[in-house]
Parts: sequence; structure tokens; C-alpha cells
Amino acid sequence: MHKLKQRYQYSHILLREMVRTDFKLRYQGSVLGYLWSLLRPLFMFTILYTVFVRFLNIGNDIEHPAVYLLLGIVIWNFFVEVTTGSVSAIVLKSELIRKINFPKYVIILSILIGAIINLLFNFVIIVIFIIWNGVHVTPSALLMIPLLIELCAVSLAVAFTLSALFVKFRDVTYIWDIVVQAGFYLTPILYLFSRLPHDYARLMILNPLAQIIQDSRHALVTTQSTTIYQIYGGDKWIWLIPVSFTVVLLICGAGYFRSQSKSFAEEV
Amino acid sequence: MTDDTVIRVEHVSKDFVLPHEKVTSIKSAFTGMFSRSRTKESQHALKDISFEIKKGEFFGIVGRNGSGKSTMLKILAGIYQPTKGSVETRGKLVPFIELGVGFNPELTGRENVYLNGAMLGFSRKEVSRMYDDIVAFAELEKFMDQKLKNYSSGMQVRLAFSMATRSEADILLIDEVLAVGDADFQRKCFDYFKELKRDKKTVVFVSHDMSAIREYCDSAVLIEQSELKLRGSADEVSAEYTRLFLDQTDHKAKQGDRWGDESIKTKHIAVKVNDDTLTITQTFEAQADQASVIAGFRIRNAAGQEVTGTNTKFERIKIPALKAGDIKTLTWSMPNCLSDGKYVVDPAILHQDGVRVLEWWDAAAHFEIKKDRRLPYILDPSFNLKIQ
Repeated sequence: MHKLKQRYQYSHILLREMVRTDFKLRYQGSVLGYLWSLLRPLFMFTILYTVFVRFLNIGNDIEHPAVYLLLGIVIWNFFVEVTTGSVSAIVLKSELIRKINFPKYVIILSILIGAIINLLFNFVIIVIFIIWNGVHVTPSALLMIPLLIELCAVSLAVAFTLSALFVKFRDVTYIWDIVVQAGFYLTPILYLFSRLPHDYARLMILNPLAQIIQDSRHALVTTQSTTIYQIYGGDKWIWLIPVSFTVVLLICGAGYFRSQSKSFAEEV
Repeated sequence: MTDDTVIRVEHVSKDFVLPHEKVTSIKSAFTGMFSRSRTKESQHALKDISFEIKKGEFFGIVGRNGSGKSTMLKILAGIYQPTKGSVETRGKLVPFIELGVGFNPELTGRENVYLNGAMLGFSRKEVSRMYDDIVAFAELEKFMDQKLKNYSSGMQVRLAFSMATRSEADILLIDEVLAVGDADFQRKCFDYFKELKRDKKTVVFVSHDMSAIREYCDSAVLIEQSELKLRGSADEVSAEYTRLFLDQTDHKAKQGDRWGDESIKTKHIAVKVNDDTLTITQTFEAQADQASVIAGFRIRNAAGQEVTGTNTKFERIKIPALKAGDIKTLTWSMPNCLSDGKYVVDPAILHQDGVRVLEWWDAAAHFEIKKDRRLPYILDPSFNLKIQ
């Protein structure tokens, strides 16, 4: 019991220092420093808003198109940040891994936490947009909490799998780049679900990310967002499919990572 | 594990799999991707190693380069997993495979202390407690808020070493890292070793510096060609290691590490060891007419260090010109001030310009010094002591 506590204490200490270091180094040497954490999403949103909402009139059929669009992008970007950041993370830390024994999952967790910090900054901007667009926030906004937990779980699951695979197969990073590109269009970020053929929609919404994005929009922005509940004609338990998919993926990913992590020191 | 055993290594083997991949064409790259018959070679880094280390023991792991001793240390540190067998450790183990693990050049000295501290398992609170000590010991008070990249390499090593010495661990694993650095730094390292020994810390020390092993270690193991050759006292193990080296030197000498232009030949070389005198007799024969030559020798210890040597030029003695067939015998004597161990003598004869080698003979003679004093230094002159 004491040993167990000691082990997690070490992980905890390491995790804190790694997150702290990454955060310190992120904007080092820039004049505006941490302010960029807010400015970056703000500028990115402005560009996307101008292109998609103003010029392409993407959101004529939906309430608050700007917030609708931004929320989807923020969630997608979080997933991409965690997963692509993790792919080469183990190999990048090879110096450490070869010199000292520490729980390797801390590396992936530190990336997740870094991304969560970014997500919080992004949400500050989203809240500004919500107020500016006059979105009526209802108590259903609280659903964001379990949805974000699901988002973390699915990101972590993929991150564990990819980072462990990358140690053996360096092709993973290129493959994942392509998957992310395709995934961006296979997920209802820039377009409305209601425009898709019903069969496609039924399949696509089973993707945890599509489900998370649509549910989040429903909870936070507008009830016009098509959720998995509506696509499957009011089946109360349908959400169990993407959620259990996430859970299984997380267990497998973490298990694979754990079994591989023993030989990381020899293979990186 | 019994109460005072802190490390137990049982039947540990380690294999490294070395994949052989030679992709010659794009086509073979594709076909090879799916065929399972990629050749793999297993390299045995360690074979069936077992030993125990007791609490408070200063334990040496000795072996030549590539013998597997560093792999053993990494297994003890938990960095590698043994292929077979098991390792049990008890207590907080801190490895120093390298100094300053995790140092980041973009961070300040202060931030690096906390980061490296975390790597060694210390919370911010614990690091804060020892922070002043660390900085003072490294003598870097004025530089702690500068980025590490602006430190000289000496300053970085000082900071890293200071961290290492302040860290309170039950078991320390030390690789030869400490061999780097200038003389002043090495002295500091050895002072630290003495401190560890005094405090009865358990230390596992990997080295091929036999004088350090003999001075600090209580017991040791010798790993040779992936196998445990000997487990015994530091003296026994270092003697065995030295012998290994000597065998190799013999071997080399037999292979003809003797060269020259054949114009002069060493006929005989002998060393006589007395309690207080060493006598080296060197006989050579001129094969052709020679102007004056320079003759001399050098003495190397088992680790290959050149201990001493001289020649007629250093001694300002001139050997008269030689005719073909002339034989000269030189008898050198010196006080027996060498410490215990095996030595080789390399006689050499040079042209009078001091540059051209007429004959050089590596390890032409061997001798051994046995004073039973076990002094861990190169020199062991007779010391006088007066206590008043």
C-alpha cells in the first residue's frame, strides 16, 4: 500500500513538473507571452468566422452560426492537439527514458493536461462569443462536463495507442496526419448534419467525436443541433454505443501502452 | 529477502533483439513489409547473473567495455527489463547513469533544479528545502536566474553533481559519469564517495578504474563477456580484472607488437624486483653500424597507464657509436616505489635524433609488485611518519 502511494506520488511530482515546463517553454521568447494563449484562438476564430459564416454563408439554417462553428472547431482541435502531440512524444523524450526509470504514461498525461489548459483558454473566447451573440444558455449546459470527460477519454485512448505504436513503426505519424485530415471532413464540423443522407448520418454519429461535438452544440448553443438521440429516432440508450466504444478503446490503448512501455528504453 | 539485503538479482539474463533490415529496392521494401521472415539477431548482453547486495555495502561492478556492466546497472535502475530472471530492490533508489537528467537549456538554473529534482523523485517542497544547499555546493549563487544554455559546461556539471549529492536516497547507482570533469571536480566526487561510505549508504558503482574500486568498494562482481566471472572482495575482483587485461596484453604482444627498421635488436630484457629496488636489464645488438642511439623503456600498469619511463637522452648519457655485431647491456635501477599490481615494460631504441624508432617492443617483459599494502594509488614510495 505504501509502495503504491509512493509510486503515484512520483508520477504526480513528474506530471506537475512536465506540465509546468511545457507551459513555460511554449511562449518563451515572445513579447506577449501567455497572452498568446488567448490571442491565438481569437484570431483563428475571426478568420474562420469571416470565411465560413460571412462569405460562405454556411450558417443560414442554424441559430448562432459563429458559436456553433467555433465550438465544433475547439473540440476537434483539442483532439488533434492531444493525438498528434502524443505520436512522437515518447521518442522525443528518449533522452530521459534511456537514463531514468519513470512511469511513461506521465508523458502522455502531461500532453493531455497541456491541451486542457489550452481548451480552457479557448472556452474563455467561446464564452465571449456566447455573450456577444446573445446565446440563451440553459441548465443543459452542465452536460458539457460529462461530454468533455468523454472527449478526454477518447483523445487519451488514441494518444496511448499511437505513441506506443510510433516507437516501433515510424510510419504512424504520416498515417495519422492523413487520418486527421480525413477525419476533419468526416466529422460534422463545417457542415450541418441535417443536410446529409440519413444513412450516412446514422453511421457518422457513432464516431465519438461527432457525437461529442453535436451533443455539445445542443447543450451549449442551440437545440437545432442534430444529436445522436434524434438521428436514432429517440432511442434513449443509443449514446451507450459511442461511450462504450470510447471506454473499450481507452482500455485497449492504455493496456497496449503499458505492455509496450517496458521496452521503450531499448527501442527509442 | 533477508532484512539487510537491499538488492537481490536472481538469474538475470538480457537479450537485445537487433533487427537486420537491408531494403534494397522499393519492391523488396513492400514485400518485406508483409513477410514475417525478417532476420533478427539476438544479442546476449547478460547471461544468468545472480548476486545480492547488503545494506550499507559499497558495491562495485567491474568489466571491460561491452562486457554488459552498464546493462546490468540499467536493469538495476529499472530502465531495462530483464529478459529472464528478477531484480528486487528495497528502499528509494536513485540512479546516476548520467548527471543532470532532464536538464533543459531554455530554463533557468533554478527551474532546472526543480525539474531535475522531480526526475529524481523529489517534490517541490523537498527541493525547496535543499535548494540553498544545492546552490551553495555548486557555487552558482549568482547564476541561478540565468538560463542553463548560458552556463559553461563546467557550471552545468557542477549544478548537476550538486543535485546528485544533495539527494537523499537509500540506494545510489553510479555509472562512470563521475570520471568526466577536471581534477578539481574529480576530487570533489571522491570526497563525496568518502562521505557516502562514512554514512553507510548502499552504493552500486560501475567502473573500470581499479584504484577507485579498491579504495571505495567493499565487494564487487566482475562481468566478462556477459557472464558473472567472480563475486568477491574488491581486491580479489580487481586483481582478476587486472589479470584479464594482462592476458590480453600478452596476447597482443605475441601478435608482434614489435617494430623497427631491424638495424638494431633487443636480445634480452629482464626485470628484477627487490623490496626496495627495481632493476631493469636491457641488452641489444647492433645489426648494422650505428651512430649513437637513445635507449630506454617505459613501464605500464595493467590498466595500460604509462607509469614511468626514461631513456639515455633524458638521463644525459651518451651511448658510443656501435658497429655491426656490437652488444650493449644497460642496467637501470630505480627505487621500488610502485604500488601492488602487474606491470609491463616496453623497451625502445631510438635514432639519436630522438624521432626515428629503431626498435620498439611493447610488453617485452612483465613483472609484479606484491607489497601487500593495497594502496589504491599508482605510486607507493616508502613513507616515513613521525608522530610527535
